[in-house]
Amino acid sequence: MKSFIQPEFQIVRDDDRCIHCEVCVRQCAFESHSYDPSDGKVSTDNLRCVGCQRCATLCPTQALVVKEHPREYRGNAYWTPRTIEEIYKQAETGGLLLSGMGSDMPHKLYWDNLLLDASQVTNPSIDPLREPMELKTFLGRKPRAARLSRRGPAVALETVLAPQLELEVPILFSAMSYGAISYNTCLALAGAARECSILYNTGEGGLHKDLYRFGKNTIVQVASGRFGVHKDYLEAGAAIEIKIGQGAKPGIGGHLPGEKVDQAISETRMIPEGTDALSPAPHHDIYSIEDLAQLIAALKETTRYRKPIIVKVAAVHNVAAIASGMVRAGADIIAIDGFRGGTGAAPTRIRDNVGLPIALALAAVDSRLRQEGIRNEASIIAGGGIRNSADVVKAIALGADAVYIATAALIAMGCHMCQRCYTGKCNWGIATQDPYLVKRLNPEIATRRLANLIRAWSLEIKELLGGMGANAIESLRGNRLRLRGIGLSKEELDILGVKPAGESL
Amino acid sequence: MRMRYSWLRYRLFCVYRGHEIRPYYMLNYYSMNNSTSPRVRKLARERIPSGCSIAGIMDVNGVVIPGSEIVGLIEVMHDRSNGLGGGFAGYGIYPRHANDYCFHLMYDYSEAKQQTENAMEKCFEIVGEEEIPTTPVKEVVKRPILWRYFLRICPETRERYYEMSDDDIVMMVVMEINEFIEGAFVVSSGKNMGVFKGVGYPEQIARFYRVEEYGAHIWIAHGRFPTNTPGWWGGAHPFGLLDWAMVHNGEISSYGTNKRYLEEFGYRLMLQTDSEAILYLFDLLARRHGLPLDIACAALAPPLWERIAEMTPHEKNFYRTLRIVYGSAMINGPSALILAHPRGMVGLTDRIKLRPLIAAVAGSRRFLASEECAIRAVCPEPERVWSPAAGEPTVFTMEQG
Repeated sequence: MKSFIQPEFQIVRDDDRCIHCEVCVRQCAFESHSYDPSDGKVSTDNLRCVGCQRCATLCPTQALVVKEHPREYRGNAYWTPRTIEEIYKQAETGGLLLSGMGSDMPHKLYWDNLLLDASQVTNPSIDPLREPMELKTFLGRKPRAARLSRRGPAVALETVLAPQLELEVPILFSAMSYGAISYNTCLALAGAARECSILYNTGEGGLHKDLYRFGKNTIVQVASGRFGVHKDYLEAGAAIEIKIGQGAKPGIGGHLPGEKVDQAISETRMIPEGTDALSPAPHHDIYSIEDLAQLIAALKETTRYRKPIIVKVAAVHNVAAIASGMVRAGADIIAIDGFRGGTGAAPTRIRDNVGLPIALALAAVDSRLRQEGIRNEASIIAGGGIRNSADVVKAIALGADAVYIATAALIAMGCHMCQRCYTGKCNWGIATQDPYLVKRLNPEIATRRLANLIRAWSLEIKELLGGMGANAIESLRGNRLRLRGIGLSKEELDILGVKPAGESL
Repeated sequence: MRMRYSWLRYRLFCVYRGHEIRPYYMLNYYSMNNSTSPRVRKLARERIPSGCSIAGIMDVNGVVIPGSEIVGLIEVMHDRSNGLGGGFAGYGIYPRHANDYCFHLMYDYSEAKQQTENAMEKCFEIVGEEEIPTTPVKEVVKRPILWRYFLRICPETRERYYEMSDDDIVMMVVMEINEFIEGAFVVSSGKNMGVFKGVGYPEQIARFYRVEEYGAHIWIAHGRFPTNTPGWWGGAHPFGLLDWAMVHNGEISSYGTNKRYLEEFGYRLMLQTDSEAILYLFDLLARRHGLPLDIACAALAPPLWERIAEMTPHEKNFYRTLRIVYGSAMINGPSALILAHPRGMVGLTDRIKLRPLIAAVAGSRRFLASEECAIRAVCPEPERVWSPAAGEPTVFTMEQG
């Protein structure tokens, strides 16, 4: 069958600059570049190019430009090139469409429609270069009140806190499983989490035996496939996360193709080598909220109540009520993953059409828990499309205790957002198990890049916080009065609990 | 006093030059600094004060302090306010009704009064009521109807709300009146205490309410320079709830966080002023959660994490827990406040002391004020005068029964 699909990208080679060194040939796992020894020239195949920019970035003479292919269908605002090509693909393969990373649809960007406040005259802004500025954050269940006992003039503390996660910055690396990403990537995330005194998350793929030493900075995940879950694994981390759903693909499970399951992954996941790792859509022991309560209780019992239990859900329409149920079922921390959340592989239709933007979901959950008077019983981690420190600050002002970042972390390590993670051919050595590609990511350099990112964001958060006249992140948490909405409807403002720009206190 | 003098000089200068006299807060530093007149430039170099004034005075032996002393304290700091709010709170002013709740009310119109009294009668027996006596002061305008009531909780009310304490019942009624009855506002609701406040300079308000005719063992006072809320009668300080009264100089950056936190505990923040939130935080922590006042202060202005890290393991656990539990109660942003209760008063500033507070001791008298000059105006030679450290509470407590 003749394919009707045209190339998405165009590789432009400057022949005056090209020295036919074959770097591009070796760098491209998609085989867009080839060398013909008969004429000593490098040629390109645009159809294979995924636009990852690896060749253009590494070309020693800057001879390559990878740009969007101007495939000019007859102009049509409804049947766009993307729509047409998706139909060609399905007509040619009969399969569902897959995508990597979070949705790239042009839906409204709520973070960009929120503006932050600053102090002027009546309330001095605080300079983080000269004054202390505290970002330390504790995640976990908190009592409603501190209880003291008095013995004469002396006062003793009766309250014993439930286990808490201590973070220097209110940012955690979100779940990415070993299998979806390479060992080196896991190692870099763990190393950076340790360096920054924050946490990373193993995702559903178990914990490689060499990474147990990062336990204090690790959240171990229990997902519907239960890959790599055993007692030592549960004991290894600082917290356990039950993954119900994921923002990129609410309502469905995961699929790691058998080709990616090499020996190390098979050992870590506790599945035979070369078999597909399919995690079911639901947990088959959680068909209702009381089942969740049982699993939470079982995990707490197993780890002797020493670790907080996180429950992660995708942001769906009824997320506020679901979150309330999760808290009442015993979750110490709830993680909400928004519509823009990333993934190694998701059916494109689900990725682009299911879920809620995190800002709205977060605001709804925070408001609901406060209405019910149970906000103190669980911390909230918001994730799914946090792009920069301003997004972090806005999320905290809406009510989050901390944020999960994953896409931003991958970009820091070199990801160029080509959305082809599911192919296993990641040219940047991140979402691949091919030993030739894996070694492209130097874990030490990647650790440094991640730690730099966290440091840079924390400096910016301090500046924004100081500008608002506060010197501790607690004073921003849920402080929606420091946010104003711009270009948002009345209903959106009501859900966000934010006033329109221009309205004062 | 030097500030007053320069203000006078500015006014004389304006009269001399035929300029319009502008109030303090409208003086334009920039144009004055760049004026061609050396006299104007000199005036611009002198600091033009801004921000509220707060003051408190108490006698630890319970000796009655005449109202004139607190007026003497606050009027010296005239230039820290702008005539848009002043007020006083006194403890021990109604010895004949010492065990009755006393409600001070402001009514915008008489219908509100009728509605409020109906609401009060549902829960209380009104054992005394009268108009709050006032004297005509021509600067004090747009006066609401001012009334005070002495109330006892009916036994049936206690039966109906058997899960609540007396104070909880009173708080519920106060919140209901303030939220649902338009044109009615409960100014104070404690026993043997009362709040007198309004729009004007504090010394004018004192004359208006005849504060000098009352005697109290604790007085606090406030002169207001409002920035957030327009100068309306209810928005003046002190704020009162149950036995608490509080005056505050500052603007808290954490208001949104504090407000939502308090709402979870049933408080209704109606005044759109951050100071109200602080009073309710004290009520929540000290009364409802039972924390001693100094520990409540340590929750509202907690030590920095780096200081907690240096503590002994025991202390570390204490302050770490307190800070984790009460993170949303932290008062952040420039603040100096005086909180009074029947047994004493507490002065507190924010963690980096962005607003002034001075304390002094003279015999059995204890003083707190924004400026030392205010204390010395009433007590020229105190035994000890000090500036409390940032975020550290200054707790003065009665010594006798």
